[in-house]
Amino acid sequence: METPLTQNIGPGKAPPNLAQYQANGGYEGLRNALNVSPEAAMDVVKESNLSGRGGAGFPTGLKWSFVPSGENSPTPKYLVANGDEMEPGTFKDRLLVEGDPHQLIEGMIISAYAIGASVGFIFLRCEYVLAAERCEKAIAECLENNLLGKDILGSGFDFELYVHGSAGRYICGEETALINSLEGRRANPRAKPPFPQVSGLWGKPTVVNNVETLCNVPHILRNGAEWYQNLGIGADSGTKLYGASGRVKTPGTWELPLGVPVRDLIEKHGGGMQDGYKMKGFLPGGGSTDFLTGEHLDLPMNYESIGKAGSRMGTGQLIIMDDQVCPVGMVLNLIQFFAQESCGWCTPCRDGLPQIQHLLEKLERGEGSWEELETLAEFPRFLGPGNTFCALAPGAVEPLQSALKYFKDDFDNHIKQKCCPYG
Amino acid sequence: MPTIVIDGEPYDVDGDKNLLETCLQLDKDLPYFCWHPAMGSVGSCRQCAVTQYQDENDERGRMVMSCMTPITDGMIVSLKDEATQEFRDSCIETVMTNHPHDCPVCEEGGECHLQDMTNMSGHTQRVYQGPKRTHRNQDLGPFINHEMNRCIACYRCVRYYQDYVGDTDLQAQGSGAKVFFGRHKDGALESEFSGNLVEVCPTGVFTDKTFSKHFVRKWDLQSAPSVCMHCAIGCNTSPGERNGTLRRIVNRYNGDVNGYFLCDRGRFGYDFVNDQRRLAEPLVQQGDSLDSTDRDDALAQYANLSADCEVIGIGSPRASLEANFALQQLVGEDNFYSGLASSEQALHQTSLTVLESTSALIASLRQVEQADAVLVLGEDILNTAPRLALAVKQATKNLGLNMAADARIPSWQAAAVKNLAQNQRSPLFMLTPAATRMDSIAQSCHNDVPANLARLGMAIANAIDGGAPGVNDLDDQEKELVAVIAETLKGASKPLVISGSGCFDVAVVQAAANISRALAAENDKAAIHLVLPEVNSLGLAMLCSKKPEADLNAAMKRTVDQVNGQAAVVVLENDLYRRAGKGLVDDFFDAAQSVVVIDSFHNDTTARAQLALPAATFAESEGTMVSSEARAQRYFAVHNTEGYVASSWKWLAELNKSVSWTHLDQLTAACANSSPLLAGITLAAPDREFRLNDQKVARQSHRYSGRGSATAHISVNETRVAQDDESALAFSMEGRQSNLPPALQPGIWSPGWNSNEAINKFQDEIGGHLKGGDPGIRLLDKATAGTQSGWFDSIPQKSMPGSQGYRLVPLHHIFGSEEFSSGSNAIAQRSPKPYAALCAADASALEVDQQGWLKVELNSGQWTLSVAVDDSLPRGVLGLPSGLTGLGGLQGAAYGGSASISKTQSPVIASDQTSGGGE
Repeated sequence: METPLTQNIGPGKAPPNLAQYQANGGYEGLRNALNVSPEAAMDVVKESNLSGRGGAGFPTGLKWSFVPSGENSPTPKYLVANGDEMEPGTFKDRLLVEGDPHQLIEGMIISAYAIGASVGFIFLRCEYVLAAERCEKAIAECLENNLLGKDILGSGFDFELYVHGSAGRYICGEETALINSLEGRRANPRAKPPFPQVSGLWGKPTVVNNVETLCNVPHILRNGAEWYQNLGIGADSGTKLYGASGRVKTPGTWELPLGVPVRDLIEKHGGGMQDGYKMKGFLPGGGSTDFLTGEHLDLPMNYESIGKAGSRMGTGQLIIMDDQVCPVGMVLNLIQFFAQESCGWCTPCRDGLPQIQHLLEKLERGEGSWEELETLAEFPRFLGPGNTFCALAPGAVEPLQSALKYFKDDFDNHIKQKCCPYG
Repeated sequence: MPTIVIDGEPYDVDGDKNLLETCLQLDKDLPYFCWHPAMGSVGSCRQCAVTQYQDENDERGRMVMSCMTPITDGMIVSLKDEATQEFRDSCIETVMTNHPHDCPVCEEGGECHLQDMTNMSGHTQRVYQGPKRTHRNQDLGPFINHEMNRCIACYRCVRYYQDYVGDTDLQAQGSGAKVFFGRHKDGALESEFSGNLVEVCPTGVFTDKTFSKHFVRKWDLQSAPSVCMHCAIGCNTSPGERNGTLRRIVNRYNGDVNGYFLCDRGRFGYDFVNDQRRLAEPLVQQGDSLDSTDRDDALAQYANLSADCEVIGIGSPRASLEANFALQQLVGEDNFYSGLASSEQALHQTSLTVLESTSALIASLRQVEQADAVLVLGEDILNTAPRLALAVKQATKNLGLNMAADARIPSWQAAAVKNLAQNQRSPLFMLTPAATRMDSIAQSCHNDVPANLARLGMAIANAIDGGAPGVNDLDDQEKELVAVIAETLKGASKPLVISGSGCFDVAVVQAAANISRALAAENDKAAIHLVLPEVNSLGLAMLCSKKPEADLNAAMKRTVDQVNGQAAVVVLENDLYRRAGKGLVDDFFDAAQSVVVIDSFHNDTTARAQLALPAATFAESEGTMVSSEARAQRYFAVHNTEGYVASSWKWLAELNKSVSWTHLDQLTAACANSSPLLAGITLAAPDREFRLNDQKVARQSHRYSGRGSATAHISVNETRVAQDDESALAFSMEGRQSNLPPALQPGIWSPGWNSNEAINKFQDEIGGHLKGGDPGIRLLDKATAGTQSGWFDSIPQKSMPGSQGYRLVPLHHIFGSEEFSSGSNAIAQRSPKPYAALCAADASALEVDQQGWLKVELNSGQWTLSVAVDDSLPRGVLGLPSGLTGLGGLQGAAYGGSASISKTQSPVIASDQTSGGGE
């Protein structure tokens, strides 16, 4: 099984410096890209079927193709690596940036070449201090070796790259809020259209890609689209960083072929549930995805199957809820997070999430009523897709709406017993 | 024109508008908060949700925010679809979880957009029983109250404050449900336009602090259409009165002039009307004092004082055309003088000449907003004509709008337009004596003394059109600036030149005229706007245009030299000590046999009167003013006068035995007949005979309360309401309330729309003109070919400041430089203390710093003033604030002259610094 993304990464292993990275095939993908036209480089990525690893799974090559090109197109164009990883239960981007910063940088240089970007930013979650340090160091190495800056490797292509630390908001993971934040504005999302590819950072064409997405690019350019397609299972291309947290024996993050069954993640890689605990349900891709349960264990972990099952693959990092965790409490915990992280821009999210939190708190304390439970059940629709300005609120209520579907008894018991049955 | 279907009905609509605007324009009630007609859409409040269907077969549809949805031909939408109705209800319910139920004690109550939208959405039952989030409120200065607990986070305030106005000290802070809208710390809001927050805020977060002192509900206010008296722009206002006290001013929409917004001087400057210094009764000199008398005695006194002598009339740019005309008729044209010092008379006459004969458009504020390149020559517009400055700020956004159009982003997509344009603006050039707060949005700024600015202006005209007179000996830097400005204006599709009398320098106005002429030769959209200092400066200039030499100095000279001791002087609404040096005015009054003053206030001039007649202020009188865009506008009494107080024109009509003017309309007509320039003024508003279905127009709302009960403990008999014989308006709640001609619209109200947002119902299109036409009538416009002026060819000598003493330049203040508003407490709190400004190098040469004091000596007087270091001033230039109380004796005439200054000690008594005083 090939694990290109983590080939240089291992527990306790220092990130490779430039020489070590290159010794293992690093920057070969870049050389290949620079030998062909930007359009040809983009075509390879399109052909590879690489899809966005931030959670939405949008085809990367297609996203790039919306950037206006040609002599009369606006300049400069920008490329941003979205490393504002604040999804609950998720730390895959951290692993990639800390473990192999050159992989991200190479991916960015190639991507920038493909879309014609001359300036790039690595936008990192503010707590990722070590990642920032390692990026800075790697960028310095690249500058010394003509891998960044003017006329990269004699190709005539110029690219500057900067590390930017976020001020610490979940919403900065939303690409347009990230752009506002980079501009020094409040991190409120922007309305689309216009899409960032047309009018993004400082009003210029901008592509924002997830760190993991960009880390795939060097390998695609090095080994070809077909090789990449064959990494995945079935129709899926490439590998994916999957993870599992909760009461499994060996929680962690692993690089696996895209489309691996859920059961493998929990039982094989996660080592199964700890003794005395049973799996009750799981969030497949972070805190903003719908619960799935035991009946979904044999689904392949890909965007399509998980979507059809009523959830989203999201970041692919499972959060496992066992039978001794109160679902109401767990949903409350997540809602508290999202209510706090709401940017405050649109009404349903800003003022709806605190209401949900209030109702869940009452319920969890055993002070809830049937009327309130009914009210609670109406919120997922009120905060649903299209009703709010961005996807934060619809994501925030996904655990609630699915908990009400799968664990309704637990909610009812809080009212019947006038306390949390889990103590 | 696209056709759309709303709830089954087809409509032909304007494809450039969004769906919300379209629905409102079709008179449909659809709730909204964050959208504002002047600020466009951002889609944050989610209140204007409607259902859009893919086609006729789509029964489910999908919810869209109407404010963010462009019109497409054939689109099918529903406002009545149950799902979106429910969503709108839930949205309101959600914002109301944190909104206090304090409507009974909230000053917004009764004109609250949130109340209206709550009713409209159908949310009546509160389910939420949890705690509400609370905030700490801030002291935002004398104008605005802050009650953040009421906030529904629509973001209108910061979008208005930052995006529309361009100021930065009001910010959204925090996030989530705790988002807070305020300053980084307590303190007065810096913007000159902060008062509009009161109307922009859909609920009671920002309310009018001056109104709080004497608050009543909107429905208990008596209102009338009025015009702002505090500069020459002529913004339309709707003042509100109750029980004889003027309570507040709110904006009255005029699509050509002020649109949705006023400046803070205009909104908060009204309180002078309620001042204790008002003249309440006629006063007659008895020995050394002035004693009260009654009307008949006052008239008899006038007959005595004016018998068998020349009567000299002194007019005023702050009095109506009718009052000035009545005075002119009383004393005869040969004895009527403008009341302006010679230098200012010359300035205003020059401005009039330019406007009469201009080949460029005379820009209304709407046209100013459409300009794509603006040159401001000499005028500190933010302080002399603030609403004009706000329009110029909008003009600088046209580049962004054009970029958006190229990128196919609709102009109403406010955030997208802003994000695309970033800091790119249409060019604005600020050529002023000192730095202004407009400079940050200007492409380039240049500070110099007025004479040198005039030279630059002349050179710009010459660079655009070689036929214009050229200027020699510009330095290289000046040449480059001239070339850039000329090139930019020439290349613009709607170039605009703004200048005015703020520099007290005729050459500056002439230079602006040359530039606009040069531009207009090639571009029929080229425009000019000349700022004048007072509400009726241009009207007075028109009235005086046949005898421009008849100014105050001429009147004084004639009285002293020729008719010494044999002339009665009648002064109309004019404190002459603000116009000319104390010595000159004293000599003038000494030489007069008697002095009769008609004014609203005690001032230095009324103190010299043998007879003072109490005049109504704008709030109790009516008349016509001509704004700087030559728009004649009628203002009406908000409430009836009390006691002996009467409109100036009424006093003058009574003093005049040879005419029988019983109504303002007769005077207006006579005034219109007196000069072709003024012929149009009768059309400014419907006359007193106007009726709608035999009814007058009610000044009071149909909910006006307490009419019979205020004195019910004494008598249940209702006294007859005051009769208004001068207009088609009634001092009553009885009369027409709807379908009024815009010029007679006292306030804005529509069923279900109790706040000023109701204005949507009164416009021909959203943000357009009022149905029935914007009030007022333009007296001048682009001149016909034969009457256009030639070039002004008198180019001033290069001024070398510092060569002969310090060169004096005026510094204007929105708060403090204007006479009326300075008398209002809130404005006075924001007015600067008198000071002397100079650059750091000059300050250090004089060995003074910001804490130091200077003795300033002019021909007209001397003052001890605190130092203000302003490094934008060139060396050798001394900036003195214009019009400030406490700098009495410093008139316009002094500016342009020179002063000698020296370091001095701090005055021992603090009050000395404000006592000023000439000679």
